[in-house]
Amino acid sequence: MSDLETFRKETAAWLEANCPPEMRQPMVDESDACWGGRNPTYKPGQKEWMDIMAEKGWTVPDWPKEYGGGGLSRAETKILQQEMARLKCRSPLSSFGIWMLGPALLHFGTEEQKKHFLPQIARGEIRWCQGYSEPGSGSDLASLQTSAVDQGDHYIVNGQKIWTSYADKADWIFCLTRTDKSEKHKGITFLLFDMASEGVTTKPIKLISGASPFCETFFDDVKVPKSYGEGVSSVVFEENRGWDVAKYLLGHERSMISGEGSSGGGSLGAKFADQVGRDDMGRLDDPMLRAQMADIDIELLAFRAMAERFGDTFKAGLCHPAQPNMMKYAGTEINKRRHELIMSAGGSQVLEWESEATNGGLTARSWLRTKANSIEGGTSEVMLNVVSKQILQLPNT
Amino acid sequence: MPLYLNDDQKMLQDSAADFMKTEGGVAHFREFRDKNCKDGFSHALWKQFAEMGFTGILVDEEEGGLGLGHAEAGVVLEEIGRNLTPSPFLTTAVAGVEALNAGGKALRDKYFPGIIAGETVLSLAIDEGAKHRPDQIAMAATREGNGFKLDGKKQFVVQGGSADALIVAARTSGSAGDEKGLTLFAVDTDAKGLSRDNVRLVDSAVAAHVEFDGVVVDADAVIGEVDDGDVVLKRLLNAGRTGAAAETLGVGTGAMDITVDYIKGRKQFDTTIGSFQALQHRAAHLYSEMEIARATVLKAQQLLDEGAKSAELMVSVAKSKVGRATSLSVKEGVQMHGGVGMTDEYDIGLYMKRDRALQEFLGDANYHTNLVAEMHGY
Repeated sequence: MSDLETFRKETAAWLEANCPPEMRQPMVDESDACWGGRNPTYKPGQKEWMDIMAEKGWTVPDWPKEYGGGGLSRAETKILQQEMARLKCRSPLSSFGIWMLGPALLHFGTEEQKKHFLPQIARGEIRWCQGYSEPGSGSDLASLQTSAVDQGDHYIVNGQKIWTSYADKADWIFCLTRTDKSEKHKGITFLLFDMASEGVTTKPIKLISGASPFCETFFDDVKVPKSYGEGVSSVVFEENRGWDVAKYLLGHERSMISGEGSSGGGSLGAKFADQVGRDDMGRLDDPMLRAQMADIDIELLAFRAMAERFGDTFKAGLCHPAQPNMMKYAGTEINKRRHELIMSAGGSQVLEWESEATNGGLTARSWLRTKANSIEGGTSEVMLNVVSKQILQLPNT
Repeated sequence: MPLYLNDDQKMLQDSAADFMKTEGGVAHFREFRDKNCKDGFSHALWKQFAEMGFTGILVDEEEGGLGLGHAEAGVVLEEIGRNLTPSPFLTTAVAGVEALNAGGKALRDKYFPGIIAGETVLSLAIDEGAKHRPDQIAMAATREGNGFKLDGKKQFVVQGGSADALIVAARTSGSAGDEKGLTLFAVDTDAKGLSRDNVRLVDSAVAAHVEFDGVVVDADAVIGEVDDGDVVLKRLLNAGRTGAAAETLGVGTGAMDITVDYIKGRKQFDTTIGSFQALQHRAAHLYSEMEIARATVLKAQQLLDEGAKSAELMVSVAKSKVGRATSLSVKEGVQMHGGVGMTDEYDIGLYMKRDRALQEFLGDANYHTNLVAEMHGY
């Protein structure tokens, strides 16, 4: 048996033995995710699962061991993901620290920054949020105005962020701030600070789905130390070079959001045919809906193949650097179409906003949520701009 | 297996790309079209295919071939598509060989040497109506003496005009719609009672209407088992559809590339039209569709090569997805070219015509979308 086969066998056995039964139930919605942090709200099984996975370094299996990771190779990481999917194990920890800040620190951070921040992320001790968009800076993110003024051993931060995911629940923020007003892209600094600092306030934004996953975040003379200890700067990379970090991370975010298109898996038609009704041949009895469902089944299977190819080429360094933009575009547009069909399959039943039968309008709320997919993290139109300029090399006006 | 070409496949791609471009490029296509060649392709080029080893790509090494898989056949087909290379490669070396691979050694010994040498051409006699409906095959093969007598008509027998033998699907028992009761035959085109009416198609390929009027074949002509032709047919269809998807992918990406090049050069309103966002967004959307289509084709090829059960589903996903994406590519291509897109001088229209023919070959996007629904049990 090869080393990888042994690894697969042992991993499967370990997951079987250690994953709490509650953590092998499918997640119903975003509230079922485990986020950890200083003020956590755990559902049964979540903390045990997070802790035991963190102990093995498997909340971040491909990070180096010295930063709290599992030190797994690409092939091993893929096996772990496959076995977790096969055994229906939930992800032990959802975290902007894992998805966003971690990759930025691994790429741009100093050794001291990595040693200080990464293990806290891996163990789910600190919950991070991302301070990017501002009311006047959406698609044109680099026009951001939130200022960080150098005061010797600290900065004073003033301004406002918007669409900060879970800012009201986050412990720390990685925040794009303006340190030089004379330069657009080269005047931005990537700053890390505590959301409990004096002068930080958050205000949840109520969305059309009724949920409030995003906040407005206000900074009013927030004092941010330049250092959190020997070599642990609050600035990632260099002052005024934050746009480089942001661009790198946007790539990550886009590939992450793009994965949503392939999540939820399974055939829509197979799932909904009984509910909608079947004809004498056993076919879904609304031929137009059946055709649309089959179309979206094809789109989902096709996108899953694309995601596999994207992952493989990305890891092998064969992927165009702007390819995540295409993935983000395609994945989010498919996901929106998918939810339109789920609503159509549910008919008038799923319109019920508060009934027990619909679990509080879950289907409708999820459908509305997806409309943000092609806006957040760069709109579909911005993605198409990037693809046309960077991949197709079409000229500027 | 990672979902990209390995080093050997990449090398094959380089040589296939170079070969198709220099020996079988669009200029070659136009030359054969314009001289109204009765076969629609060059036998000399088919010989060259053989010299490159391409014709034996799916034939086992022990039988003189390259012993490669659907992924490698697809590499060659994509270049055929990109260059609009006229050849009987898909029907002969891919679908035809794969059908024979499902049968006995005697038939392989009979046909493989000629195929490997670039001398034999095979065509597929499957369709009986204007739409591909293999589950409705009605053509009859009745037992006669030691063999069978074939009666009926087939159409859209692509390259059938110059074929030396046809892979024929006929009914030996049961009735149209039954899964069992089909039998596949390899029938030489010089058989008595077999007549062909060759017609030129929109893409300048030649296809035959074939009539079987009491054509008698021996039992040796049966590929696989009598009444179990569905097994052979499935292999033929999986190979042919995946191959057609790969060729279509080449047509779609080729059309996209020349269109993107065109809008980079064409100027109006004192500027390059490729700088207009209205065109940029359409081009970028097309790129996205073609990339996804590419992933489905490679996935289907890999699953077929692995012998995976899920291969058939992915084959239909690929044929459908790449069909829609390429159809978009050629339509957007003509539109973005503007007036010159309507002229014979520019190549984009040739891609549109080739795509249309490939769409209908072994099931169009709608047909395969329906299959996907059926495979999912709704």
